[in-house]
Amino acid sequence: MYRYDEFDHTIVKERVTEFTGQVKRRLAGELTEDEFKPLRLMNGLYLQLHAYMLRVAIPYGTLSGTQMRMLAHVARKYDKGYGHFTTRQNIQYNWPKLKDVPDILADLATVEMHAIQTSGNCIRNVTSDQYAGVAKGEVDDPRIWAEILRQWSTFHPEYTFLPRKFKIAVTGHSNDRAAIKMHDVGIIIVEGENGEPAFDIYAGGGQGRTPMVAHLVGEKIPARDLLHFMDAIMRVYNMHGRRDNLYKARIKILVHALGAEEFARQVKEEFAKGGAGDDLKLPDGEIERIRAYFAPPAYETLPDTDDAYEKALAEDKAFAQWARTNLADHKVPGYAIVNVSLKPIGGIAGDASDAQMDAVADIAEAFSFDEVRVTHEQNLTLPDVKKSDLYEVWKRLDTVELATPNIGLISDMIVCPGLDYCDLANARSISIGQAISERFADLDKEHDIGELKIKISGCINACGHHHVGHIGILGVDKKGVEFYQVTLGGSADENAAVGDIVGPAFTEEQIVGAIETIVETYVANRRQGEIFLDTYRRIGIDPFKETLYAAA
Amino acid sequence: MPLLKDGVAVSDDKWVRVEDDADLPEDCHALISMTRWLKDRDTLLTRNKPIGVALESSDNPDEIMDDLDRFGLIAVDFPLFKDGRGFSYGRLIRHRGKFEGELRATGGVLVDQLHYLARCGYDAVDGDHRITEDAWAEANSRFSQVYQPTGDGRQTVLQKRHGG
Repeated sequence: MYRYDEFDHTIVKERVTEFTGQVKRRLAGELTEDEFKPLRLMNGLYLQLHAYMLRVAIPYGTLSGTQMRMLAHVARKYDKGYGHFTTRQNIQYNWPKLKDVPDILADLATVEMHAIQTSGNCIRNVTSDQYAGVAKGEVDDPRIWAEILRQWSTFHPEYTFLPRKFKIAVTGHSNDRAAIKMHDVGIIIVEGENGEPAFDIYAGGGQGRTPMVAHLVGEKIPARDLLHFMDAIMRVYNMHGRRDNLYKARIKILVHALGAEEFARQVKEEFAKGGAGDDLKLPDGEIERIRAYFAPPAYETLPDTDDAYEKALAEDKAFAQWARTNLADHKVPGYAIVNVSLKPIGGIAGDASDAQMDAVADIAEAFSFDEVRVTHEQNLTLPDVKKSDLYEVWKRLDTVELATPNIGLISDMIVCPGLDYCDLANARSISIGQAISERFADLDKEHDIGELKIKISGCINACGHHHVGHIGILGVDKKGVEFYQVTLGGSADENAAVGDIVGPAFTEEQIVGAIETIVETYVANRRQGEIFLDTYRRIGIDPFKETLYAAA
Repeated sequence: MPLLKDGVAVSDDKWVRVEDDADLPEDCHALISMTRWLKDRDTLLTRNKPIGVALESSDNPDEIMDDLDRFGLIAVDFPLFKDGRGFSYGRLIRHRGKFEGELRATGGVLVDQLHYLARCGYDAVDGDHRITEDAWAEANSRFSQVYQPTGDGRQTVLQKRHGG
């Protein structure tokens, strides 16, 4: 993992001092709420329906046990004993008191964490693949490049007042687990000259009310030019992105209006001008310095199978069910990637209690080289567990109710906080997620349905990624009544696609039944080996419209 | 409106803003719009009195990049603190164009933006009553380390790490 040096520490500490002063001025009445708003929004502090909400960054989703324990401490000491992991690999606390926020930030700074740029029209927390460094077939570890981007974007003097927020995701793998094409900029690491890493850079993706898939604007950009090329993208956007209309201010609108080719031409022209002032080329020494922090841990040389693990699989059905869904292949023989579901049946997606966070920290320290990852699908990952330890890890997770065996299944949904917390929401999301999860609670049924990604947003801002759900659910408000619009066929992976609206919206009473009808229609039409998305892509939307609306 | 130049309050701004439809006074430091400069460029090039241009946030500074050495002052308007185009204009004018005159931010800038302005090449600010000498000094001493190279002469974290 990356560790701060004296410079990184200083910058975060100085930011805590600055924000503490701003909070003091607000509490003393020297700043009005209107004046304070832009300042708190630069530091992830929102005013929601019932209280302030503090969003803490988890850069590229990587945490140590110590950091996870600090997140638990914040939940326990300053909040109501839980936190909410988000699709941007952040954690949100829903009930902090304004007067406590400086102390929270000071506590976080002691473990190299912060809330810098988790809101505001700036470059947000850079996200990445939760399997970074441990997946088979990865070209290069995206955390190296995400950390380089994190430093470059932190308090960027030129790009802190952009037309709108700006989200960057990086993956080093051809299987995209970071939804990079749905980001303002998505970066895929590819092999460049002489086997060096290079970058295919996509721009103009995003969700919200105008969902768009990003376009390739830079091909095989050499590693040393990464920041220079990003700078060119940012400058074209900062100068030419729309500022007259909040809803047309994201880079996707600029890319769409100019056309991807013209946008790419302008970026390349800006790039060719050689930056402005000082050189942005990355020194080799810096790439090596950061790479060293992400060197593989001291893996043991192990056979790929473990007798005790195989025996446990054969003898303990519950363990075997969990292993079937929640494990992924590790690049090193004898190790596995463990996914920890934050989607208990009937629970709140992405929420974890302080005790659960502490438990995960303990398990990571004992069994996963002290590392935890947060996924954009609102789960956690223990990236480096020996197969011989899996049974013990599972038992420990189970004692804190973190062993739900449903990764990738229908009850593993992305769900935004919705109207229970968020002042932008039009409808509740959490209760709909809970109801769907309860309807499909039978594990055999879930397995029979297979991989199916449901994503629920409580408003058109699409924080719940409904556009790219295999089944997407969007809460809308019609004259004070909550309705739910359904889209089908979306996908956030390397074959990213925006879902199609199936027809008129459903009421709260109808929506769970409608989801069941959609699932039944898929089951009735599927061919051997097809997941929901395959069947949908083969048969199209009409059979679903038919079964959903024919009776009406 | 208080004006700060290099962090020091200036009470007698020698620059006089001349509206587009007014005659250009012979003997003064005249600040005109970029639109007027582009329109009357040939005539204005013959003027041997100091001249400055004022950019709206919707003006494109690329159009004056060849003329920078003609200006004693370039003033860039920030209609709202949120409108961050001027940060890029500063970089282009100061760091790419090597403009050596006064680069002044005007309009709705916040105290909390002063160090960004300085890093983007601005040496003068004409804002509201909160933009004071103390505010400037505090803003520019708040962060002792910076990650990004701009051209403002500050040594970056990267340079410190790698002895650049």
